[in-house]
Amino acid sequence: MASTVTMTVNGKSVTGAVEARTLLVHFLRETLGLTGTHVGCDTSQCGACVVHVDGRSIKSCTILAVQCAETEVTTIEGLATEDTLHPMQEAFRENHGLQCGFCTPGMVMSAVDLAKNNPDPTEHEVREWLEGNLCRCTGYHNIVKSVIAGAKSMRG
Amino acid sequence: MNALPETGIGAPVRRREDFRFLTGRGNYTDDINRHGQLHAWIVRSPHAHAVIEAIDKTPALAVPGVVAVFTGADMVKAGVGSLPCGWLINSRDGTPMIEPPHIPLSPERVRHVGDQVAVVIAETRQQARDGAERLGVTYSELPAVVSMPDAIKPGAPQVWDQAPLNSCYDWEFGDRAGVEAAFKGAHHIARLELVNNRLVPNAMEPRSAIGDFDRGTGEYTLYTTSQNPHVIRLLMGAYVLNIPESKLRVVAPDVGGGFGSKIFHYAEEAIVTWAAGKLARPIKWTADRSESFMSDAHGRDHVTTVELALDKDGKFLALHEKTLANMGAYLSTFSTCIPTILHSTLLAGVYTTPVIYAEVRAVFTNTVPVDAYRGAGRPETTFLLERIVDVAADEMGIDPVELRRRNFIPTDAFPYQTPVALQYDSGDYFTTLEMATKEIDYAGFEARRAEAARRGKYRGIGVSSYIEACGIAPSQVVGALGGRAGLYESAEVRVHPTGSVTVFTGTHSHGQGHETTFAQLVSDLLQVPMASIEIVHGDTNKVAFGMGTYGSRSLAVGGMAIMKAVEKVVNKGKKIAAHLLEASEADIEYKDGKFQVAGTDKSKAFGEIALTAYVPHNYPMETLEPGLDESAFYDPKNFTFPSGTHICEVEIDPDTGVTEIVNFVAADDFGRIINPMIVDGQVHGGIAQGIGQALLEGCIYDQAGQILTGSYMDYCMPRADDLLNFKVSTHNVPAVDNALGVKGCGEAGAIGSPPAVINAIVDALSQLGVRHVEMPATPQRVWQIIHDKRAAKAA
Repeated sequence: MASTVTMTVNGKSVTGAVEARTLLVHFLRETLGLTGTHVGCDTSQCGACVVHVDGRSIKSCTILAVQCAETEVTTIEGLATEDTLHPMQEAFRENHGLQCGFCTPGMVMSAVDLAKNNPDPTEHEVREWLEGNLCRCTGYHNIVKSVIAGAKSMRG
Repeated sequence: MNALPETGIGAPVRRREDFRFLTGRGNYTDDINRHGQLHAWIVRSPHAHAVIEAIDKTPALAVPGVVAVFTGADMVKAGVGSLPCGWLINSRDGTPMIEPPHIPLSPERVRHVGDQVAVVIAETRQQARDGAERLGVTYSELPAVVSMPDAIKPGAPQVWDQAPLNSCYDWEFGDRAGVEAAFKGAHHIARLELVNNRLVPNAMEPRSAIGDFDRGTGEYTLYTTSQNPHVIRLLMGAYVLNIPESKLRVVAPDVGGGFGSKIFHYAEEAIVTWAAGKLARPIKWTADRSESFMSDAHGRDHVTTVELALDKDGKFLALHEKTLANMGAYLSTFSTCIPTILHSTLLAGVYTTPVIYAEVRAVFTNTVPVDAYRGAGRPETTFLLERIVDVAADEMGIDPVELRRRNFIPTDAFPYQTPVALQYDSGDYFTTLEMATKEIDYAGFEARRAEAARRGKYRGIGVSSYIEACGIAPSQVVGALGGRAGLYESAEVRVHPTGSVTVFTGTHSHGQGHETTFAQLVSDLLQVPMASIEIVHGDTNKVAFGMGTYGSRSLAVGGMAIMKAVEKVVNKGKKIAAHLLEASEADIEYKDGKFQVAGTDKSKAFGEIALTAYVPHNYPMETLEPGLDESAFYDPKNFTFPSGTHICEVEIDPDTGVTEIVNFVAADDFGRIINPMIVDGQVHGGIAQGIGQALLEGCIYDQAGQILTGSYMDYCMPRADDLLNFKVSTHNVPAVDNALGVKGCGEAGAIGSPPAVINAIVDALSQLGVRHVEMPATPQRVWQIIHDKRAAKAA
């Protein structure tokens, strides 16, 4: 059965028809065309679909679209303003924290949430925080560097 | 060269592709949607081996939104052909390998869990899935065989009736008599049986394919997650669907990692393209991750016995390898050359071993097909070599570093002809070894081991010196070795009227940063700013031809094709400049972005020449065509040979069996480097995959052929907190056999690291009498070994 859901995505109010079983990630990708959020697995292990819901990072494949009614959702498309990268995005670029780019949006969204709550994370804390985000390209070496540098930039 | 130091060759230029990836503007296959698109769900076998007795489409077709159901019988009836294997290997008696048919949808029998049985096509993906769940497939189960030692026993279940004892081929290579003679006179023979564990490549982007057909023009389009779109066009067009290249476009847009698993032509690509033709609507399929585990080609999976003969000083006299190589249930595109051509030809490693003999038997089992995965054959070679060298060192009481040094090919011996076909063009194995031992403080290790022992921990150090063959390959050699394709590369350098440049390359980037590296290369060669250079790849309608990216061939082969095309552009530019400057063509030199009459201040800028080529008002029309657009095909005369030493230091907690990597250093020789930042990143990723193989990863089947590690819940992928910061460095000896001097770096980490890790673990546990530990060295496996050895000692 289709129902209608309304939420704020990247600052804009959006309304769409969804099935009860539609996951947030599919609503974002298929109904709204926000394809920056990726699906990398079907067991909520990989983290390629991490977005922010009401300011907290969440795997958008673990939550139904209807559960997100009346929430504020931020996806990777809403992180930067116009053509200026968010400091965390810039840190990933500067430190070569990405290769194929597929896990990157989820990685960046996770990293921004970490830096908001822990503005000066240690390497150990970054590695533990990224438990839920898989990357197959970078060996995490440069991602960890990126997150530490990005957190520093966000501190200003 | 190097007039543009901030962006030229050798500069760590930040990647131009990153902006779109970081802002969610990447365009991966699953991000593409075509107007009127339908969705496909593949019905897969739940059994490892069964006869398909009947398929009742009716209940699936009754599901709302379902448009069509196709089966293998439909494909056979329509004349769909078999997915081809690209390499023909002959057995030792000269008979060709057994090459069973592989219709994209299995018509009669299923041979592994996940084998394709039918496709359900519906308006939405969920409707297709609902339909697939209703499809009535009646199976009659057959006994299955999973392990290779079981599969080759008489009376074992037969995966293919035409392959007795499940043998695909029984291949030998090298000097059998020479090895036997050397073994007879040897002072010591080290012997080891080992397993190279089956891995799932697991690129983060699941495979996806969209087939489209335009009834008006009769043209097909396939969007697919591929490392080599032209090869997919060739194989699918010519062998499977009988579509001429001129009517088939294959697009591989942004691809989220490959590691080999996206080289091959897969059934799903043919299924959606064929079905799109039947229904004249675009059809999209995207794998679930769990589906990837049973449909992407797996990697490795060897069972090997290796023997090394040495003289009393530890000089290697001869090597004998005997391997069973799993093919899975069908022959994937490159499968048959991995354990043979790409594996046994590297058995000399970095050593002067004078005689070598390899026996490889390829075996069919009721498992997912096995094919190339990061390194493809070379990690398996390096693992058996670097393990047996350590076993020999231990048995003869020689330090493992010293034993390697005694047997290295001397630095002044290049070009060096190995006894197993290859000729190494350049290298310096001593320097990378010294760099790595110094960086990790090899000399100070025993003090660290003693300190760890005081804390109740076992500490070990492991060395691995590897070589690999990259840049595959001279077409004549490939053909002589059974390859059914040429392996060159193409490039087109199109200079536009205003002097901007578009470069079309037949290689494919799926994380390697070609858009940056190739632009750097062209910027340096043409002395044109990077900002005015675009790199185009991944679309058969844009790029004339190509062989794709794998085996670290992009720069050594693809980059060379670009260089050749650039040379043609410059040569044509010289002709135009000679005309404009009223000078002899022989007097024109191209330097700093200018065509200059040598020894004078008369010159024309690159942009002026470009404009003249397109606005030929003053032009040598009788001798030269207008335009400045040149293409080149480059077929290399040799492979390239990156090498290096990786050293790993581990600490093992005997109470838990957990192995912690406390230090990891890599010192590599990649030849000339275009972008050191990208090279370091490639090494990091490779090491992570190698450590994954050594400590965590392994695809496990039960006896009935069910995959027990069928998702990320069970297959242990390395996570950030499983790894550490790697210390990587290079000592680069330029390649001799290509003009760029480049070698390749993509696979080094995955080749060099697994033996370093296992050698370190064995070293840590050697005081308990341990001489080998199989991969993955999971905490459970290590704990069990420690527990058993301690119990045996106590008894």
